[in-house]
Amino acid sequence: METISTLPPELIRMVIAVIIIISFIFLNAIMMGYLERKIAGHVQRRLGPMEVGFHGILQLVVDGVKLVAKELLIPINVDRTFFRLAPILSFTPVILPLLVIPFSEKLQARDLNLGLLFIVSMTSVNVMAILVGGWGSNNKYSMFGAMRAVAQSIAYEIPILLSMLAIILMTNTLSLKEIVGAQQKIWFVLLQPLAFIIYVISGIAETNRAPFDLPEAESELTAGFHTEYSGIGFSLFFLGEYTNMFTVASVATVLFLGGWHGPSLPYGEYLGIVWFFLKVYFLLFFMIMIRWTYPRVRFDQLLNFAWKYLVPFSLVNILITAVVVKL
Amino acid sequence: MKRYFLDLFIGGKSLVDGLVVTTKALFQPIVTVQYPREEIDITPNFRGHIDLVLDPEKNTFRCIACGMCQRSCPSECIQIEGKKVEGKKKKTLGLFALDFTKCSLCGTCVEVCPTQALEFSKEYNLADFSKEAFHYDILKRLEERII
Repeated sequence: METISTLPPELIRMVIAVIIIISFIFLNAIMMGYLERKIAGHVQRRLGPMEVGFHGILQLVVDGVKLVAKELLIPINVDRTFFRLAPILSFTPVILPLLVIPFSEKLQARDLNLGLLFIVSMTSVNVMAILVGGWGSNNKYSMFGAMRAVAQSIAYEIPILLSMLAIILMTNTLSLKEIVGAQQKIWFVLLQPLAFIIYVISGIAETNRAPFDLPEAESELTAGFHTEYSGIGFSLFFLGEYTNMFTVASVATVLFLGGWHGPSLPYGEYLGIVWFFLKVYFLLFFMIMIRWTYPRVRFDQLLNFAWKYLVPFSLVNILITAVVVKL
Repeated sequence: MKRYFLDLFIGGKSLVDGLVVTTKALFQPIVTVQYPREEIDITPNFRGHIDLVLDPEKNTFRCIACGMCQRSCPSECIQIEGKKVEGKKKKTLGLFALDFTKCSLCGTCVEVCPTQALEFSKEYNLADFSKEAFHYDILKRLEERII
């Protein structure tokens, strides 16, 4: 007890926040996996998982146990260091953005004044993990997947940053808490609809989800960069992907959908998290619907769309925003 | 330039159309069957192995043990024996055995029967570890249905 009281309170706060966030990441992955399979089923007019628990609700728990219990195979010719490093590199940086996201007025691990920049830099490490994994696998399909991931990430990072920039021009801050605070009266999605659309499209591309899932296109590259991974290595990539989706949806909520703002609740400064999560999961539901609606784009279509449509439109949007703000 | 915006408009509209289709499908009733728990009715034209028809009036079989089916069977998988019963002039059916491992489900026996005593059953869950499990005693199957 004495040791705890001598520790600086900020450290204890961070440790508690990290523990909650890591457990939430696993919970989120389980929920998202279940939702994904259920929605996929109903879109195709099937039932989806039904066997384990009520309406298959424990299916992903069982799958998780199976994945953890599986042997982690390391093929002979792989680059062992890179091969083992990649899943860790994919999983670790996705925890960090959640530390600066304001879930409600008082539920935030750390209010960085450069919060948005921090999130952007951390989420771009994910593509590094894909490149390391694809290169380390020493396999042509994995390599192709990794190359595609890099090209795609470079192309879509620009519109995502430009659409964020439009919001920053209006709020004049990079702190996520202050950006949400500025949306007390009106959500930015109404003032910046174009930036919102650009952000959602590039966000889906950033997280390598269908219809932009070229790095892991099953029908072309077997599984792309994670072809050679089994067991826990694969599950870390999987966790990383779902947490990245959550981060993208959270940032969209913070920037455009008014964060924790909603009809007032008792203990509003804490229970604002309810509105925050409702908005985030609505966006995630939308992303899942998109995955099960559209076919995968071809690679030239993917890059054409980013450079010919998203980048010019976001530049025009910034120009207009800057002029309006200046006036 | 006109083409650029036209592409954007047409593409955007097709994306919205696609989402409308899947969103509708999301709320429509499912069309699949949870097989071991639910089963759908077998089509009336389904040909399972043959069975004796249960005559609702006499509450027994219509077979007169004439042996037409046995003779007409191209793969000789039917075996019939008649037996004498005290007080009756004609023979009645004593044994109706079917070797289903040889049967090709041609249906000649059903067609040739003078009393329409044979029909196709709707049995399709047929799997076993031994050949002998498919040597059916059709008469016994009928007696089980009489009660």
